[in-house]
Amino acid sequence: MWSFQQAAQQIHEWLSERMSAGWALALEMVLAGLMAIGLFAMLGLILVLMERKVSARMQVRLGPNRVGPKGMLQTAADTLKLLLKEGLTPDGADKWLFHAAPIMAIVVSMLLLAPIAFAMDFQLWDVNIGVLYVSAMSSLMVISILMAGWASNSKYSLLGAMRSGAQIVSYELSAGLSVLTVVTLTGSLQISEIIRSQADGWWIFKGHVPVWIAFVIFIIAITAETNRAPFDLAEAESELTAGFHTEYSGIKFALFFLAEYINVFVLCGIGATLFLGGPMPFHIGSWEGLNRIMDWIPSSVWFFGKTFLLIFVIMWFRWTFPRLRIDQLLNLEWKYLLPLGMVNVLLAALIAIKGWHF
Amino acid sequence: MYHETEILETRTDAEGHEWMTINVGPQHPATHGVLHLVITLDGETIVKVDPHLGYIHRSIEKMCESLSYRQFIYVTSRMDYLSAHINNHGCALCVEKGLQVEVPPRAQVIRVLMDELTRIASHELWWGAMAMDLGAFTPFFYAFREREMINDIMEETCGARLTMNYMVPGGVMHDIHPNFQRRVKEFLKDYKRKISEYDEVVTENIIFQNRMKGIGILSPEDAISYGCSGPVARGSGVHCDVRKHYPYEIYSSLQFDEVLESGGDCFARYLVRMREMKESVRIIEQLIDNIPEGDFQAKTKAVLKLPKGEFYSKVETARGEFGVYIVSDGGTTPYRIKFRSPGFSNLSVLDKLARGNKIGDLVAIMGTLDLVIPDIDR
Amino acid sequence: MNREELKAAITGKWPSAVWEEGNEWATLLGEPEPFPHMMTLLRQDPDLQMDYLFCMTCVDWKTHLTMVYHLRSMAHRHELTVKVKLDRTNPQIETVSHLWRTAEFHEREVYEMFGVRFLNHPDLRLLILPEGWEGKFPLRKDFEDPVNMIRL
Repeated sequence: MWSFQQAAQQIHEWLSERMSAGWALALEMVLAGLMAIGLFAMLGLILVLMERKVSARMQVRLGPNRVGPKGMLQTAADTLKLLLKEGLTPDGADKWLFHAAPIMAIVVSMLLLAPIAFAMDFQLWDVNIGVLYVSAMSSLMVISILMAGWASNSKYSLLGAMRSGAQIVSYELSAGLSVLTVVTLTGSLQISEIIRSQADGWWIFKGHVPVWIAFVIFIIAITAETNRAPFDLAEAESELTAGFHTEYSGIKFALFFLAEYINVFVLCGIGATLFLGGPMPFHIGSWEGLNRIMDWIPSSVWFFGKTFLLIFVIMWFRWTFPRLRIDQLLNLEWKYLLPLGMVNVLLAALIAIKGWHF
Repeated sequence: MYHETEILETRTDAEGHEWMTINVGPQHPATHGVLHLVITLDGETIVKVDPHLGYIHRSIEKMCESLSYRQFIYVTSRMDYLSAHINNHGCALCVEKGLQVEVPPRAQVIRVLMDELTRIASHELWWGAMAMDLGAFTPFFYAFREREMINDIMEETCGARLTMNYMVPGGVMHDIHPNFQRRVKEFLKDYKRKISEYDEVVTENIIFQNRMKGIGILSPEDAISYGCSGPVARGSGVHCDVRKHYPYEIYSSLQFDEVLESGGDCFARYLVRMREMKESVRIIEQLIDNIPEGDFQAKTKAVLKLPKGEFYSKVETARGEFGVYIVSDGGTTPYRIKFRSPGFSNLSVLDKLARGNKIGDLVAIMGTLDLVIPDIDR
Repeated sequence: MNREELKAAITGKWPSAVWEEGNEWATLLGEPEPFPHMMTLLRQDPDLQMDYLFCMTCVDWKTHLTMVYHLRSMAHRHELTVKVKLDRTNPQIETVSHLWRTAEFHEREVYEMFGVRFLNHPDLRLLILPEGWEGKFPLRKDFEDPVNMIRL
């Protein structure tokens, strides 16, 4: 059966036959980079369109339906518009930081893509501390937001950035703890290990209560970390007009916008990998028949399916809930989610030691 | 909290925290219009709110001094554009008081029906916009779905959707459309089903309740002292429904409750408006099948002249007590006219309510005060 | 209390009260001098309790200005109009914003539109008009703006 893994292998062999190992590696890196950028652009277009369609569906309206068949090209047209728009820079802005911030945002979300397994054994970089790497990189997002907020020299931006700083730093902890639950059960930080450990069933099914709790906390935490409603305080448009990106326009604004969606994708992908098996098909213990049938569906389809399901859930949140206030947001984290997460890790450790999970 | 002079002079508090002044508006998503608030902040906490008005001031009072008694009513649609009918109604009542014209029963019923439909439409818009202020977008579209039906009914009968200009001294401008009763009944049937959806989506939401409860508490004494009226005062338990206490037209013969809540916080004001919509439905249901036959307009002279003197009439708009004070010198135009707009007094309480709260609360407070800027500026 | 009872009650407490006839509500004519005491009495007397200032404005009679206060008692449900004649060249009157907080905004509006100076007002600034409009009073009868005003 055709798979990403095979395709990558074939390309590697083809290149290795024709040139030295060093050149082949260099060329593969360039290829991978190009593909990552391509994926970026595609994801941006698809996710924005998806958001608009999902919101339209929930709001009893049609959504984009003029550009292209069923409005499919709407986001492409929007991107074109944003590219052609004048990029304004406020007079009082710290120019260097102001221009660097959106690039920083996009670079961070690109770096986040590295350890994601898009299909079985198909990763850019299977680093042995994969989960830790994602946690570390995703906390860098806040720096770009702080840069943008500070450099804009606008009070709205500054307030948004400060809110975002408090928010991301707080929710990082909960996200980390819920990730740790799965790591405790798996015994590895490596993404491929975590996927393989779910060959006889996803953690959400065989992990008992601690994993369910961790899953819920994780979803809440990544919604907060990506600054999406109901935690979109950093860009709360009815309070701070647009928060940290108030002063940005044109392509620089688009980069922030894109980075937000890529972050959503990456973090949902991590969630899918940790709790729903990522590219691992739906397996139940030793039911060989079922497992084989499920294996017929390519692993990339499983991965993207699960990821988009989680993305849909997060979009659903956005179009349903009102926004929290900043003190309520921090209360929720420090008084409820964090203690719960800590107890949960202990519980998971107990289960892992006693071997009570399936 | 802090004293005026401290705010103006020191710009820092006792502990050395520096205060920040930030302009909310005149172009801002939460002010729903061109309201300009200069806010002094201590971090996220509001120290002072100073409203600067006038961005949409058209000096309607001055304009009215050169318009005849028939013409000036149309200008008032542009004040509180969300309850245009009720503004027109108040002005028509005042002119009728001066002319001592008896309005035919049919016109009275039509007027009340239009008022209550307007009230529902206005509260609908408020509900959607307020949920949007709090970050929930979807209710806005739900609200507009229902509001659109009212607008269609208005369009059919009055010929306009927002500034209807339907009320004239002595009655209404023309008779209702033959479809009017049928379409209103269709609307009511649909609406009663939908209004429970509103509670499910917004009212019962825990985040929403946390954002509203205990925020911006207005005591009854303050509500009276600040001249608040309408749902803002009734949320604090002040009996101030003009329809109930100073009934005009046929309101005294109708069965409806004055909606009161005792909390005085944002949630109480919210509940008052939600329940008021249901009361309006009740009023419409009582009248829609009982529109008496007869004239829709009393006979009046072509050129109206009010006798020398002063006339004041008040009506209950969606935002509160709307008063029209006409000083006549016996001519064909008012000598001086003053509109007592509910929003102006309700705005004055904003500073008091917002102090000590967070920026996020400011939008909740502004949302529940239901400010319509053209009504404040006039 | 109805109109006549209210008049009698106020005359009992404020013997120098002067009444204007021919209006819907009892209309009390005040003088700028004892005006603050009279308003305090109306606001604070338990029988009168005029705690709701629902409308406050000014009328330019070309020879003089008249301040018009519409008061209501929320407890007793009676209404009263108070009128004070002011000098047109130098109109000034004591503020009532300490009795009715709503007057703070209304007085600012009257200040910029008619030029009435309210003594002891906590924050007498322009509210609606932008800076640079001090000294021009748009709602006075002799205000002329050749560009923006349309005469019919």
